[in-house]
Amino acid sequence: MFKKALSSPYIHNPPFSTRGMMFRVILALLPAAAAYAWLFGWGVVVNMLLATGVALLCEAIMLALRGRPLQPAITDGSAILTALLLAFALPPLAPWWLTTIGVAFAIVVAKHLYGGLGFNPFNPAIIGYVVLLVSFPRELTLWLLPAQLAEHTLDPAATLGYVFGATLPSGLTIDALTAATPLDAMKTQLGLGHTTSEIMANHPVFGLVGGKGWIWIDLLLLAGGVWLIYRRVINWHIPVATLGSLFAISSLFFVLDPQHSPSPLFHLFSGAAILGAFFIATDPVTAATSNLGRLWYGAGIGVLIYVIRSWGGFPDGVAFAVLLMNMAAPTIDHYTKPRVYGHDGSGDA
Amino acid sequence: MLSAALALTFLALVFGLLLGYSSIRFRVEGDPVADQIDAILPQTQCGQCGYPGCRPYAEAIASGEADINQCPPGGEQVIQALADLLGREPKPLDPDRGAEKPPMVAFIDESDCIGCTLCIKACPVDAILGAPKQMHTVIADECTGCELCVEPCPVDVISMVPVEEDISHWKWPLPKVANGDAP
Amino acid sequence: MRLWSFHGGIEVPGHKEISTTRPVEPAPLPKRLILPLSQHLGAPAEPLVAEGEEVLKGQMIASPAGFVSAPLHASSSGKVVAIGEHPVPHPSGLSAPCITIETDGEERWVEREQRDFRQLEPAEIRETVRQAGIVGLGGAGFPAFIKLNPGRTIKTLILNGAECEPYITSDDMLMRERPEQILRGLLIIRRAVQARRCIIAVEDNKPEAERSLRQALGSMKEDADDIEIVTIPARYPAGGEKQLIRVVTGQEVPSGGLPVQVGVVCHNVSTAVAVYRAVELGEPLISRYVTITGGAVAEPRNLEVLIGTPVEELLQLCGTDPGAVQEVIMGGPMMGISLASLGVPLVKTGNCLLAVGRGEIEHPEVMPCIRCGNCAEACPMSLLPQQMYWHARAKDFDRLREYDLFDCIECGCCAYVCPSNIPLVHYYRFAKSEIRARQEQKRKADIARERHELREQRLAREKAERAARHARKRPGPSDESKKAAIQAALERARAGKQGAAQDDV
Repeated sequence: MFKKALSSPYIHNPPFSTRGMMFRVILALLPAAAAYAWLFGWGVVVNMLLATGVALLCEAIMLALRGRPLQPAITDGSAILTALLLAFALPPLAPWWLTTIGVAFAIVVAKHLYGGLGFNPFNPAIIGYVVLLVSFPRELTLWLLPAQLAEHTLDPAATLGYVFGATLPSGLTIDALTAATPLDAMKTQLGLGHTTSEIMANHPVFGLVGGKGWIWIDLLLLAGGVWLIYRRVINWHIPVATLGSLFAISSLFFVLDPQHSPSPLFHLFSGAAILGAFFIATDPVTAATSNLGRLWYGAGIGVLIYVIRSWGGFPDGVAFAVLLMNMAAPTIDHYTKPRVYGHDGSGDA
Repeated sequence: MLSAALALTFLALVFGLLLGYSSIRFRVEGDPVADQIDAILPQTQCGQCGYPGCRPYAEAIASGEADINQCPPGGEQVIQALADLLGREPKPLDPDRGAEKPPMVAFIDESDCIGCTLCIKACPVDAILGAPKQMHTVIADECTGCELCVEPCPVDVISMVPVEEDISHWKWPLPKVANGDAP
Repeated sequence: MRLWSFHGGIEVPGHKEISTTRPVEPAPLPKRLILPLSQHLGAPAEPLVAEGEEVLKGQMIASPAGFVSAPLHASSSGKVVAIGEHPVPHPSGLSAPCITIETDGEERWVEREQRDFRQLEPAEIRETVRQAGIVGLGGAGFPAFIKLNPGRTIKTLILNGAECEPYITSDDMLMRERPEQILRGLLIIRRAVQARRCIIAVEDNKPEAERSLRQALGSMKEDADDIEIVTIPARYPAGGEKQLIRVVTGQEVPSGGLPVQVGVVCHNVSTAVAVYRAVELGEPLISRYVTITGGAVAEPRNLEVLIGTPVEELLQLCGTDPGAVQEVIMGGPMMGISLASLGVPLVKTGNCLLAVGRGEIEHPEVMPCIRCGNCAEACPMSLLPQQMYWHARAKDFDRLREYDLFDCIECGCCAYVCPSNIPLVHYYRFAKSEIRARQEQKRKADIARERHELREQRLAREKAERAARHARKRPGPSDESKKAAIQAALERARAGKQGAAQDDV
């Protein structure tokens, strides 16, 4: 007789929809993305646009193959967010195929083969990044120098030429444009037996705390992350636990051996620590769900970041740390079930 | 050479004794697997599985003689539960055994019943009341819907009627979600 | 007085002011009253009257069937015109047995015995309440007399005037207009349960109700000690029994248990009025305050309505434009029932009729669950709604019980805050009813197994006896003679059928 829902409640009023959540995260990412582009040139912009296009295309193809309607999945913002996060992790001058492979793997395999949004046990952007990292390690370390240090910068046409045609203006080689990232430089130099103070003083990439220029991106990411917490899009638990535990463990080693351990602030403001803590680890689909669980989950990521950075084979450990903790999330959830009303604390899990 | 043979003989003896002892010490009465299977079966006692009742079918599954997909009244739910219990893959219901039907009860048109008691004899759960030459009636609550009484009735007055849905037996359906977000 | 808080809950716009501007009036007598035999939790009542019988107002027309059950009374005098299936307010939209009375307009009462409750023993009060057909008027309709029979020492008696659901104002208006009756009912219940301390809990968004209760309490000459009126912060579902007990006493009702286990009894303010009328005026439960509100209602208000009045008439009384109605909800928008037809009667638990205007309530698109955990933060029982949702989808009923599905009070907070608009409560209701059905199935299977085994034993015994008889060579009825008897009977039947067929021609 009426158009009606079978079951109560009949009213809904979430603070924002799933779509709204995704777009708020994207919005919080944009200032840092702009700073990233400002510092490292047009390649960043090309990466992000290309990644978004590929992500939406893959999403559409996968939805069609799985026999699902395009709407609402295509406009839910999740594919765009995955693309932007992945593009954020890629070097500023990435060839088109690198971006395409990474994004396609993220959307096709890491997201849709697991059942689409909500069903993926691992963060798709991270999976895409890790696949690239282990398959094309050389390409992923070809990082540009920040604009303020670089002798050469590329205009939009030259950037497109490199990204899609692998050609550079005459007289330029890719080696002249690129340099090691601060974390990479730190790791290599520590391996050569230098002390942290020597390295920070002698190398042009280092600024006051971390990489020169990089600090601005991290500060804007931090601002975006704090805004997300303030707007209650994400909870404070995961970022605070992640950065807190990273800070704690790096402080411990810094106090024990300051000559061979980078400072806690260096750890926080290098690599993907801030990005990971606020924008990647907080992906609710793949994180722990209770507040207590979120604290454990974040703390685990922080410790793993430090462990991988210090003793692992890669300069940064955020991606692997998040993946490992993604794997642990269901177990954490199991052991951090809140006490249900009317049950005694002993728990009958 | 001799020591090896002796050692092997000794080991064989020890393990043989151990096995013999455990078969007595840890002996299980009855067949717990068959009991567990029987607990899952719907107890209609209809025989559609090819065995004369649920218990024999349960024993046949336990011994590996019968498959888990031979029970039409239990349908998908029972197959799933058996698959979980036995650690096997669920499979579709064997179509030769019949199809899954909504729950039914037998109904006797009492005006034409001749009181022959054949249905009473056929009923596996004694759910039909009556005496010779008096009309019979089905205790609907006890009827399992096995249909075994339908065939023997010489005057064809027994029919199977679906159990009526009423408010106390109504079940909430699984929500229908428009965008194909189905399990 | 110290108050506690409960986990989660939500802030919901109240929409209460729209239905509190007009004073409460009795609704005119309807032509027909439809009285479902089951308006309470437990076994349906059994009819005491026959079709065509004349009944008086307040006459018991169906008696309780079992302990957890409630009788039913004629809401007005008239004639029983039908006893049979009629659509009732139920999520299934199905029909259920009802007694239909055609009213004669004379409102002739049965004999009413007016008594002073102080002269009554607790057991007499309970029996009176039981015979009056009073059920919990705030929600589920649990027979009220059971909660007057605690069997333990009761420290705190709570009268629930929280009324936390949006739109509903029937308790609010009752507290404004009949505070004396509420207090009188409270005293009666206190006597029945022998409670030491009494608390009337009102949400802080009902200042008029609170003022009027305080005034009435102030003018009470005796017995006013140990009665406290407490305002609690308005937060849905503060009026849920478990949440209210937590807020007022800091204690939690054990899972699967009852409030008496923590020395608390909780009744709704409307129930208290019904208890007063039953005990002191001798009137059974035949009417209640009902809020008629919503965007499609021109004159939203509260009416005093006879139980059994068709919903359609009540909506018309308040100027509802049928064309503007999107749906009608009995109860509130968080826990009510969306009606499948407007011919259903108002029942004892029907505190509100919400006629939703077109577009007033949206049913937004459902998106996938992203495990954001907002539901877990909103859950007033501290459950993990998103985990229960995944297991309900997968029909993993064992895991659902591990996640304490049956502690869910179906308040709807989780679904309200879900950014993906997933009908979470629907999933839990599905799972609960499926689990209950399977338990019932199992019970029936166990009975069938037992009967089958008994039969097998009997057959074996008979066979043995026959064998023994055979050995003694006693002649019994041979198979041939049996077959002949059946054949003869068959022929008789055939002859009878032919005879009948010939008669038809």
